[in-house]
Amino acid sequence: MKPVSFKYLKPTGLEEATAILAEYGAEARILAGGQSMMPMLNMRIARPSVLVDINEIVELNYIRASDGAVAIGAVTRQRRLGDDDLIAAQVPVLATALKCMSHPQIQNRGTIVGSICHGDPAAELPAVAIALGAEVTAHSQAGARTIPVADLYRGYYRTTLEPNELVSEVKFPAMPPGCGWSVVEISRRHGDLALAGVVTMIVLDGKEIGQARLACFGLGKAAHRLVEAESMLTGQLASGDLFQEVASIVSSSVKPMDDSHASAEYRRALAAELTQRSLSEAIERAKQGATS
Amino acid sequence: MNAPIDLLSDTRQVTVTVNGKQQSLEVEGRTTLADMLRQECRTPGVRVGCEHGVCGSCTILFDGEPMRACLMLAVQADGHEIKTIESMADGDKLHAIQEAFSEEHGLQCGFCTAGIILSVSELLERCPQPSDEQIYEVLGGHLCRCTGYQQILQSVRLAADMLVDK
Repeated sequence: MKPVSFKYLKPTGLEEATAILAEYGAEARILAGGQSMMPMLNMRIARPSVLVDINEIVELNYIRASDGAVAIGAVTRQRRLGDDDLIAAQVPVLATALKCMSHPQIQNRGTIVGSICHGDPAAELPAVAIALGAEVTAHSQAGARTIPVADLYRGYYRTTLEPNELVSEVKFPAMPPGCGWSVVEISRRHGDLALAGVVTMIVLDGKEIGQARLACFGLGKAAHRLVEAESMLTGQLASGDLFQEVASIVSSSVKPMDDSHASAEYRRALAAELTQRSLSEAIERAKQGATS
Repeated sequence: MNAPIDLLSDTRQVTVTVNGKQQSLEVEGRTTLADMLRQECRTPGVRVGCEHGVCGSCTILFDGEPMRACLMLAVQADGHEIKTIESMADGDKLHAIQEAFSEEHGLQCGFCTAGIILSVSELLERCPQPSDEQIYEVLGGHLCRCTGYQQILQSVRLAADMLVDK
């Protein structure tokens, strides 16, 4: 396997990168960590004329606090989610997600923003970003715009980004105090892409569920929020019966696909089981958070 | 429309330090780092298995961190430091991790071994007395079809003991 011939360009600044994208448009593809792009190049699924390597744009390598959110630059490696104090304090769900994600050898190179922009329906980070209400900032020569990750996907591996746009950062809002969370998934082997997975965040209001945010992955053409489940939970007392009811709604509302890894029917069954597990785990964390 | 892009002349000069030796090479943009290491740098200990990041055979240390050489381009190594399995032994004297793998039968055909030993060397440097969980996490990134992994796990435990005793 060898990639097709392409023109290799290595901008060292954001402006230079957007100028290149303005010139080549859809002929160009962006190479960040390359842990999805390089397999596509090696297998010639991607055949760009121009490859824009953004790894040397050092100004985009950061994790920093930004207005009640944590901003992460486009070349920040996934591995940093596991050892960063700001992440641990403000968005610990990202560190939990990292444990479900690929192997350390992949995380050392793969980027957080890259995973979100690639939009693999079975990847963890898009779902976590959606549950958190994260936004990405896309730059072009015309300027910058912010896009909620929930509005980023328009189908299987398809995003609403324009060919001349480069995502410079993703911003994850800090989780509210006392928030309980969970990321659960089923995969054939640890570190593989998931067959299905659910992300939950819950904040208790006294004994009731004050706020619930749920998103799923591997259960449709892209990661998405589970709005119906959220409204069923809000204002209610947490109970096994309620969780079971929510799980059955989730299972019947998602539209998973058949593929070589699992049938759609099996994925629906996983959706119900994972929703229950995810809710139980998140509520336990929320209770601990409320007492500590 | 842009003028046609001249792809055939798109070669680049790369200056890279491989196993402590700096070298300058001319490579095509599309050459993978794994191919450059095998064919130009004469470090064929970098095994090429799946070529899409799954098997772990091509794992190298890139600026000290284990990464897949098949998922990087040769041009991306410019100005960086790479270590391959060839850097481990000191002449005929095996590195302690290699000794441990030999002792505990942590390999049979040996195809996956180079990548595993490099990943393990970074683990033991970062964490000299790893828990089994930490070892599993690192070994999870490598496929071995011979050993069933138990002997590899024992090899890593022995290697950790040998390095701590040193």
